[in-house]
Amino acid sequence: MSNVGIVIVSHSPLVAEGTADMVRQMVGDEVPLAWCGGDPDGGLGTSVEAILAAIDKAWSEAGVALLVDLGGAETNSEMAVEMLPEERGGKVVVCNAPIVEGAVIAATEASGGASLQDVRRTAEELSAL
Amino acid sequence: MSDTDPRLRDIFEATAQAVIAHADELTELDAAIGDGDHGHNMKRGMQAVLGELDTLAAKPWDEALKAAGMQLVMKVGGASGPLYGTLFMTLGKSLDTPPTREGVAAALKAAIEAVMARGKATPGQKTMLDVLVPASEALAAGRSPAEVAEVAREACAATKDMLATKGRASFLGERSIGHIDPGARSSQILIETIAGKFGDVK
Repeated sequence: MSNVGIVIVSHSPLVAEGTADMVRQMVGDEVPLAWCGGDPDGGLGTSVEAILAAIDKAWSEAGVALLVDLGGAETNSEMAVEMLPEERGGKVVVCNAPIVEGAVIAATEASGGASLQDVRRTAEELSAL
Repeated sequence: MSDTDPRLRDIFEATAQAVIAHADELTELDAAIGDGDHGHNMKRGMQAVLGELDTLAAKPWDEALKAAGMQLVMKVGGASGPLYGTLFMTLGKSLDTPPTREGVAAALKAAIEAVMARGKATPGQKTMLDVLVPASEALAAGRSPAEVAEVAREACAATKDMLATKGRASFLGERSIGHIDPGARSSQILIETIAGKFGDVK
């Protein structure tokens, strides 16, 4: 797949999965997509291990954009990005955008073949509204 | 491999057990101004450290700290995982083996700076930094382990009157005042336990 991949990271697996459903409705299978949510015991929270697995699942040579919810999701996602092998680390970004709207608009942008930089910028424009 | 230290196992074990013993208290503090998972999360991380105790004890300090930090990163499941994980891993990266007092003080300073970068936070925002920074400064100033522990205790208590401007507690605005910060408390427990292993702490 040459389109940028999208990863959704929420404290809640229900929010993450629901957001992924909304993304799929918009872009079908044109964009590599993965989600994760919940701490290692299945409670509300996020897991670096699960984020790494989701990045792997949504991997694209064009890069992967992460959409996250609250603080710990962002911190754990940034940690995961730093732990990626060097050849992948530079191709994964955490977007500063609302998770649901950000994921849908980022995926829509990605489905048109936009670069990782453009996907991120489009998602982050939402935060400026 | 070289420079294993018999104190390492004891210190890691005591530290992990102290955090686990205070898990309910940490969760109560977090429930008041956050999402109420700090104790549970730290307990899960420290249980993972205890599970690796034999492996950790066979390593020199720098490698053991890095490995323990990685356990916290992978197992905690909240922001405190990367934050404490970064603290431990950077301590490991920055520490000379065998550790000296000056070396530990310098490594702790570097580790706290890494935590600030990871959390995009500075002291004064009602976080773990409000305990770690004054304790680190006391250590660097040559204060005794008991004095460092006392500085940490007072700094933790002082977070009660602070306004949270970082993390989930900041959503509460003024209502965050009047509660001790759970991250400050877990940091104080770590410092008090470790200091107790090096001196006569009350």
